[in-house]
Amino acid sequence: MVKFMSSFRFLFLLFLLLTAFTAQAEQEKLEIVTSFSILADFAEKVGGDRVNVRSLIGPDEDAHNYQQRPSDARKVAEAQLIVTNGLGFDDWLIRLTRTARCQKRLTVVGQDIRALNLPKAISHRKEHPRDHDEADIDPHAWQDVANARRYVAAIANALIVIDPAGAETYHANAERYDHLLQELDLDIRAAVQALPKSRRKVVSAHAAFGYFERAYGIRFLSPVGVAGEAEPSAKSVARLINQIRELGIPAIFMENAADPRLLERIAAESGAKIGGTLYSDALTSKDGPAPDYISMMRHNLDALTKALAE
Amino acid sequence: MIDFFITPFADYVFMQRALAGCLALSLGATPVGVFLLLRRMSLTGDAMSHAILPGAALGYLAFGLSLGAMTVGGIVAGLVVAFSSGLVSRASVLKEDASLAAFYLLSLALGVLIVSLRGRNLDLLHVLFGSVLALDNASLLLITSIATLTLFGLALLFRPLVLECFDPAFLRSVGRLSPIAHYGFLLLVVLNLVAGFHALGTLMAVGIMVLPAAAARLWARNLAPLLLLAVLFAFFSSLAGLLLSYHTDVPAGPAIVLACGIVYFASLLAAPGGLLTGHLPVRHHLES
Repeated sequence: MVKFMSSFRFLFLLFLLLTAFTAQAEQEKLEIVTSFSILADFAEKVGGDRVNVRSLIGPDEDAHNYQQRPSDARKVAEAQLIVTNGLGFDDWLIRLTRTARCQKRLTVVGQDIRALNLPKAISHRKEHPRDHDEADIDPHAWQDVANARRYVAAIANALIVIDPAGAETYHANAERYDHLLQELDLDIRAAVQALPKSRRKVVSAHAAFGYFERAYGIRFLSPVGVAGEAEPSAKSVARLINQIRELGIPAIFMENAADPRLLERIAAESGAKIGGTLYSDALTSKDGPAPDYISMMRHNLDALTKALAE
Repeated sequence: MIDFFITPFADYVFMQRALAGCLALSLGATPVGVFLLLRRMSLTGDAMSHAILPGAALGYLAFGLSLGAMTVGGIVAGLVVAFSSGLVSRASVLKEDASLAAFYLLSLALGVLIVSLRGRNLDLLHVLFGSVLALDNASLLLITSIATLTLFGLALLFRPLVLECFDPAFLRSVGRLSPIAHYGFLLLVVLNLVAGFHALGTLMAVGIMVLPAAAARLWARNLAPLLLLAVLFAFFSSLAGLLLSYHTDVPAGPAIVLACGIVYFASLLAAPGGLLTGHLPVRHHLES
């Protein structure tokens, strides 16, 4: 036995075993944690097979009222990359990353975006008092496809830094997805241009489409004091009805969280049409209408054009 | 004058509907509230708003975000809690307040558990509760039907109910109507509450049930004037609250309840049963 262990053969076998283990370790996927489902989608598209993406806020979940779970901290600790939006949307995750001392692995994709302020009439803080450290910045930057492309680029860069071995894959995936995004951008512009100018305005229950408005030209009016969790006043409801009548707004869109009955009342009395649901903050489950970012934007575009076309 | 009082209702259908809803609630929920007050069960309303959660949660688990299913589930849960607490208060040494408290807390805990099973972070109660400005046809129909049912129910049950409030032992000794009166009344309570929550939200439903009754109690000494006065207080407070919400941009439900509150405070000060004039005056039987 001793003879074998001191032999050259033994060392060689040991060396083989060790390389086998390290080779296996290299084939393990990179763990990525994102704050919400849209970022998870981007990360999956860029990372492909090399990554395992987990989103803390899942599809169909309300990002603005998210209650942290104990398992979140564990996922953050296990992750090699943490992707957040920034702009005040997911400060809770940024704080969690700091607490878990994982700052080196944090990417804030929204930090280089030309940010929009929320319309003055709506204090986002009233609606979502918990997650806004900065004053009234609109965090929904991904509603402009150009920003989505920037997000994808930022995620690709972060992945390349953390996993240089996969740089080629990430580059290729990111470029391919970028082309799809470019196509999407052009389609949206074309569709909006096809609508008569006087009809390019809607009422939306959630102040989430500022970037879409800036990029593509459909005006989104947010009912002041009527959306959100606070109960509306009769004056604000009357004001909104007047506004819809005066401006000739053709359609009202509901988001899942708003009180649908109130919007139905407003639509019935003002003559606007109920346009359906627009998805702004979260993807739907795999069998829903918006399982990934591009489907989500196309669904929204479809709903908008259908409601505004006639 | 006209501009201030009439125009808001003339110009906007949603205001008319809100007023109609408030009228229905005043006719249905407020008389029930008077009896709750007399039986010292005034806190039932708030307790019930939490007790209906497991029913709504089960409705949500089975049918998704369907308001109809959740309301029916809520009614069932409310009935189970109300009847169980009624049973316990009749059959044990515990009184209504203790038995209801026990059951509604258990119900609430169960409800939170059921909601968390789905894994989603959804505030079910928030979804379930409506607003007075958002009354659609179904909700309006619901509260007016419940109001009609309540008026008939109270008329039918009036005598045994009154006896139950003031001398339950006597009622038990002269007839077998005691359980019918008791449970029938609880049924009306749950129906009014859940319909009220669904249509108008917890604050308004419970507020209109309890506050006008309390205010009227300070004025009236007999039951019929008490009921009538409570209904009048409820309706005119609703009117005032809606106008306030319209002219000063405050939320409608709280405005209505605050109007009820102002009536209540005024009654506390001015009424014969209130703070300043002490106890109700004793009527002299013999005039000399």
